[in-house]
This record gives sequence, C-alpha cells and structure tokens, in this order.
Amino acid sequence: MSKVRALIVDDSSVMRKIVERSLRQAGIDLEKVFEASNGAEALGALRDNPVDLVLCDINMPVMDGLEFVRQAASVENAKGVPIVMITTEGSESHVVQALSSGARGYIRKPFTPDQVKEHVLPVLEKKS
Amino acid sequence: MNAEPTTAIPPHPESWLPILELSVQEVFEIMLACRLESANPDEHPKTGEFTAMVGLAGALCGILTVCCGSEAAKLIATRMLGPEIANSEGQVWDALGEICNMIAGNFKNKLAGMDGRCMLSVPTVVTGGEYSFHSLADGDAMSTVLLFESQPVIIRLELHS
Repeated sequence: MSKVRALIVDDSSVMRKIVERSLRQAGIDLEKVFEASNGAEALGALRDNPVDLVLCDINMPVMDGLEFVRQAASVENAKGVPIVMITTEGSESHVVQALSSGARGYIRKPFTPDQVKEHVLPVLEKKS
Repeated sequence: MNAEPTTAIPPHPESWLPILELSVQEVFEIMLACRLESANPDEHPKTGEFTAMVGLAGALCGILTVCCGSEAAKLIATRMLGPEIANSEGQVWDALGEICNMIAGNFKNKLAGMDGRCMLSVPTVVTGGEYSFHSLADGDAMSTVLLFESQPVIIRLELHS
C-alpha cells in the first residue's frame, strides 16, 4: 500500500495522537497527518489538502462528525475519500446515520489498534 | 462495525453498578492496558485533585464523574500517550476527560434500549480538590472506587429520576 495522507478529526488532542499511533501500529505508512478539532476545521483542512483517509469523531463542538460527513460530500478534494468514524456513540441509530451520510466505517471507543486495522485497511484497499 | 453485547436495562438503576464497573474496567484495559483492582470506598477520600465530568441527556439523564489525585491523572495521561508526549497539564486534563467520555459511552452502549436516545456532552475537567459536589440530580446515584496502580479512582453516576 502506498503512503497515506490522513486527516484525524477529534476535539481531544490526546485522542488524535492515539488514533495516529494506532494507524502506525496497524502498519499504515503515513506520509502526512493533518489534524482538526471539529467538523468545520476539518472541512477547511479537506479543501486545502488532498488526503487519502479521514478518521472522525462524532461528538464535537462547533460542527459534529455527522454534519461534517454530510458536508464533506460536496468538497471537491474529498470525493472518494473514505471517512471512518471513531466515536463513543455506539448506538445503532448513530451507525446508520453515519453510514447513510457517507461514512465507510465505524469504530467504537475504546478501541484497540487491531480494531483500527480491521476497519481502516479494507477501506484503503478499496480506494486504491 | 464493532459488535458489542448489550445488557437489557435492569428495572432498578441501583443494579447498574456492576455494568458501570465493567464499563470502567474495559476502558482501562483497552486504552491503558491496565486492570483495576477493587477498593473499599471507606478507606479512600471522596474527591481528588482532578475531576472529569460528562453529562448525559435523554433517556438517561444525569452526570458521570471520574475523580482521582494528580499522580493518578498524570499516570493515566502517560499510559495513554507515552512519557515523552504527556508533558503538559492540558494533556492530563484532556486524557482524563477522554477516559470519562469513553466510560460514559461504554456504559450507555451496554444498556440495550438506549439506542440513540441518550446523548453525551463533551467532557469538562475540574482541577483542585477544595470543592463540594452538589448534583441537582434527584434520582439514583451510584459510585465505586477502583485502584489504578494503587491510586484510587472514584467513579460516580448521578441520575435524574
């Protein structure tokens, strides 16, 4: 798999670092990691930077992850870019909302690096 | 998609304590690779220097708090991030807030029937131990004390009726 440019969206800087570490532990060769602390910042990051993968929390201030997924569909740079949700929200309705909004995967916190690998690698392979 | 077994909501919230304790154990085991030990609540203070709070609204309404001393809070951040990264007080707050958030999420996800009907607030962390906690929740309350690396961690859930 080629090098991956990832955008990690979470209002917690600690979680952003843990997600990045989990991606590396999953064997994903990260070329560049962009960070955003809410959906609005993430939309700006997407417009300014081409990325191969987005990992996104749901509960965030300013703009939540579900609204971000809906709006990301209209960002030119984001067309075809897989978005995987990483969130404490584990209810069926949140999963359905996220997937129907365009997310390709859903990981529930707390998570292990193996779970990140299990959910992220297939969407990256499908993209390439 | 992660599949997690859920527990039918027991009719009496006082019977939720084992579910809360299981939720706490899972978060510490998965995120910090550490198993917590049971503790006698009477042998430990009810407050600490760091208190993280997450509000619950909807079908389950109230507040979950995770309280611990500064040594435990720093150790939690170090376990989550590594000693070379967990070097600021802000990261200690952030780490404890996320632990509280994950415990609250894990707990509500274990209660079948909460499907989308309970929302969580973003976490808040209070520092300093010289305060009194007055929840306006008028329903059930439950708390437990668990030992993390021999340091007490107090988890409290207060619910509106």
